[in-house]
Formats: sequence, structure tokens, C-alpha cells
Amino acid sequence: MSVIQELSRGRKSVSARRKGDGRWALLFLAPWFVGLALITAGPMGASLYLSFTDYDLLSAPQWVGLENYTRMFEDPRFVNSLGVTFTYVFVSVPLQLAAALGLALLLDKGMRGLALYRSVYYLPSLLGGSVAIAILWRQIFGADGLVNQVLALFGVQGQGWVSHPDYALGTLMALNVWTFGAPMVIFLAGLRQIPQMYYEAASIDGASRWRQFRSITVPLLTPIIFFNLVLQLIEAFQSFTRAFVVSGGNGGPSDSTLLYTLYLYLKGFGSLEMGYASAMAWFLLLIIGGMTVVNFLASKYWVFYDD
Amino acid sequence: MTDALTRPENARSAARSDVAPEPRDRRRTTRPRGRRVQARVVSVLKHAGLIAFGFVMLYPLLWMLASSFKPNALIFREPGLIPTDVDLSNYTDGWNALLHPFSHYLINSALVVLGSLLGNLLSCSMAAYAFARLEFRGKRLWFAIMLMSIMLPIHVVIVPQYVLFSQLEWINTFLPLIVPKLLATDAFFIFLMVQFFRGIPRELDEAATIDGANHLRIYLQIMLPLSMPALATTAIFTFIWTWNDFFSQLIFLTRPEMYTVPIALRTFVDSTGNSSWGSLFAMSIVSLIPVFIAFLFGQKYLVKGIATTGIK
Repeated sequence: MSVIQELSRGRKSVSARRKGDGRWALLFLAPWFVGLALITAGPMGASLYLSFTDYDLLSAPQWVGLENYTRMFEDPRFVNSLGVTFTYVFVSVPLQLAAALGLALLLDKGMRGLALYRSVYYLPSLLGGSVAIAILWRQIFGADGLVNQVLALFGVQGQGWVSHPDYALGTLMALNVWTFGAPMVIFLAGLRQIPQMYYEAASIDGASRWRQFRSITVPLLTPIIFFNLVLQLIEAFQSFTRAFVVSGGNGGPSDSTLLYTLYLYLKGFGSLEMGYASAMAWFLLLIIGGMTVVNFLASKYWVFYDD
Repeated sequence: MTDALTRPENARSAARSDVAPEPRDRRRTTRPRGRRVQARVVSVLKHAGLIAFGFVMLYPLLWMLASSFKPNALIFREPGLIPTDVDLSNYTDGWNALLHPFSHYLINSALVVLGSLLGNLLSCSMAAYAFARLEFRGKRLWFAIMLMSIMLPIHVVIVPQYVLFSQLEWINTFLPLIVPKLLATDAFFIFLMVQFFRGIPRELDEAATIDGANHLRIYLQIMLPLSMPALATTAIFTFIWTWNDFFSQLIFLTRPEMYTVPIALRTFVDSTGNSSWGSLFAMSIVSLIPVFIAFLFGQKYLVKGIATTGIK
């Protein structure tokens, strides 16, 4: 099903067949090889090198060793942005997945209107990353925004959510939860893969619906939960547009929405500290990679594989 | 789930409905009347809840649409959907609020999307053919590298890319946005097509080989025509992602005449602050319409695409 399964399948899929199509493969893969060299792997190596230098685009890079990396942890804005990002990711992703799973469970019964519900809930996922929605968010949670207008109907006096350091990040998290539709569709597909006969057998044995849910649905769905978790975590760490637009490009108020990639952008392309930005990019890769490895290791204890 | 793309949706749901209702009906006949009424009530409540929830979710969008027709002052006073005063001036004002008319940015975005579409369809299907059908040395390693590149954050490569493209004098052209797609760097789509190609019976290629076709002909005349669903999924996702893309367009396009829609919108926010939400909303709606149309017509492929590969 997934990239993850392909990767973890590893050595099993060795093809012992003749290696006879070399030239054709070279032809078909030519664009991809060039892209890998010039757009992906080459720049990756270059940015690793740049991360050990001082580089402002105008003069040649100056080797500074590990300075960029040590500087990160003495940079209060960086440390703050790391905290902001972790809060954002580890609060909003579980909420988003809980919403996705909850709705998928409610929808998966071959019920009437399933396709329509699925579309309605999925639409925000398609739009959520756009500038237009970020603009809308900024208005909705503004001082005179929709949220406060609705609160006023109930006699509650709201405040400028996006301009208050305690609440601004919450509005971004709300946006992330709002886009639960994509993982929900994956959950729905996963639920369909569970053979109906398991439930029939369990009914015959007198298992209650709750028992069936706990002993059939949940275990058989754990690979999908795991897959969604890994994917959404990786994606959330890279959120950029919403923080940029809602904060007006500076991560404010008081750096409370300064997500990692926004700070990276400001350093690299705002003040042209490209060596520092490269170091931040590699540290981000390290965080995401490390988190994914931990996820895989932990998965042995809770993810159930049928085969 | 590898075969979610290849198996026709309706066949699956038909198979399900053959199986599912029977035990339910049997249970229902043995169930007392009171329980049946109760199940009915639960079902109605559930639908009511789901509809209400969907409405709340979409409310901000609907409200933005309604507000785009309201005079500015009303946007801050009217949480309802029906405008008390309809006014198209937000659209005409917004259209001409920036240095260029908004159509200019729409055309720029369309050009970037078109180039990306062609690039992804061609280069990713070629690479996918090699991974799905050809045997060559190091295939497993290259395949693993391709899969891992899907997960690579763009931030790790963006600085050197910027340096490279500025040396080529490509900044403020659409080339930095299009050329990478021609080089199959959206590896996600390679993976999607590999999955699909693997589902096409090998007997077809073997028959063609016996008839003297080489790989180029098999790719062009067998694989591509049979892969329309995968190509459609690729096209729709490429369209939506490129249209919405902000980060790379923000970096590579800095001259106003090269701005795409997202960059133009962002400039609009900066230049007007909070004074003209009406026209800002109007142009936001304009920017969302193409995505919405793609969603309406491409839903089937979108849903299958995510279900197969798991990325939104």
C-alpha cells in the first residue's frame, strides 16, 4: 500500500532475474537520474557543505566548522521556534488523526450518503494549504472576525486571537485539525480492507460490537494508524504557508507562530544567512528522520501486521 | 491496498453489498419492534450529527463566499450567510488592486501548472516504467533512493537550488518551478505509477514483445493507454499542489510581473492590511475556484490516489 511498507519490505523483493535491460533503463530513467543529480542529491550535498560555512550568496562561503550548529542553541529565537513547532506538531497531529479516525469509523458502514460526507470532509484538506485559506483564517480569528461575531451572539466578548501570543498558535493548530479529511480517506480505505468474515465469525461466537471493535477493527487498523501518524508528523513539521500568511510573514505576535520552516526562510532568504539556514535545514532533516526511526522502532510494540 | 487503484471501485462496493446486508436482515427479523425503532432513531441522529458537523466545517468557506459580495463594513458585523446588501465591487476592486490585473497572475499560475503537468506526466511515467518493467543492475537500490526522496523536505535542497538557478539566471522565470518536474523530482508520482503499472498484466507486454515491439512502443502503446486512471490522478494532484504551492514560488519569483496567484494574494494582504477584506476575500475565492473545479471533476481519482499512496 504505502511507501513505508515498500521500504520496510526491504530485501524480500530481490529479483534474481537477468539484468538485461540496462540500456533501456538508462533511457527511461535519464530524466530522473539528471534530476537526482542536479535537483535532489547534488543540492543535498551542497547544503550539507554550506551548513559548515558562512554564506551570504554574494561572497564565497567561509568555512566555520560546527559554528552554525552550536549557534542554533544559543539563538533564543531558534530555541523558541523549536518549541513552537513541537507544540504545534504534537498537539495538532494527534487531534487531527483522532478526528480522522472518529469520522472514518462513523462513516464506514456502507451507509447512505457516504460519498457525499467523504467529499465534504475531504475538501478542506485540498484547500487548507493555500494562501487563500490562510487569509480567511486571519480574518476569522481576528479581533472583529467571524469567531468573535459568533461569540458575541452568545454575549461573549472575544479577543484578537491571531494577535494574542497565547492563542495565535492555537489558530494554526485549528487549521491543521481542520484538514483531517486526507487521513480520514486513508482510514476509510483501511477499514474496507478488513475482511467482513472476521466480524461474522465474531458475531457467531457472541462477541459484542464493542468487543469486535477492540479485537478486530483496532488491531487490523494499527498499520494504517501508524502510516497516517508518520506521514502527518512529517508534513506538520514542514508547515509554512499558514504561519507566514497569518502572522504577516514574521511569525508574530512575539514569535509565537514562528514555525521552524518560517524561521529558516527568514534566515536564509530574509537576512541571507544561507549557511545558518542550511544548518537549520539539516537539523530539521535530522529531527524528522530521527522521529521517523523512533516511530518505526516503537511500532513493533503496537502495530499489528496480519501476515 | 496496493490494488486499490486497479480494482474498480463499483465492483468492490457491489461485492460488499452482496455480503453485508444479509446478516443484518436476519438479525433484524429476530429483533423486537422496539429495537428496530431505536436503530432508526440512532441512524437519524447520526446523519443529523454528520450533516451539522459538515456544515460547521464548511461554514468558514461559505461565509467567505458570502462576504466577498458584502460591502466591507458588513463583513465585520454579519456572521450570517445571506448578504443584506449584494455588491460586486469587491471583485472589480480586487481584480485591479495590484500592479497588474488579477488575470495576469492567473495566467502566470496557469503557465506554471501547465509546465508542471507535462513534466510530471512524462518524466514520472518514464521512470515508473523502468522500475515496474525493466531489469537492471542496482534496481532495488535506486528504487529505495527514489522512495526516500519522496520524504525529503524541500528545505534541505532549497538553498543550493537557489544558488544554482540564480547562476543560470533563472530567478524570476518559471524555469525553477517547471524544470525539476521535467526531471521527475516529484517522486511521489513515480511511486504511484509504479504501483499502477505493476497491476497491468505482463502477458500484454510479452505478447507485444513477441510481435516485435520494443520497450519504447510497449511504454507508449500499451502502458500509457492502459494507465489513464493513474495519469489522471497524477494530473489532478499536480494541478492542485502546484496551484497552491507557496514556498518555492515565494523564493523564485520576486518581480511583480512574474507573480503567481498565491504570491499576488500575499502581496495584497501586505499592501492593504485589514482595510479591504472584501476585495481580498473576492480574490481569494477566485484563486480557489480552479482547485474546487478540479475537486468536483477529479474526486474519484483524488480519493483513489490518497487511498493508494497515502499522501494528500
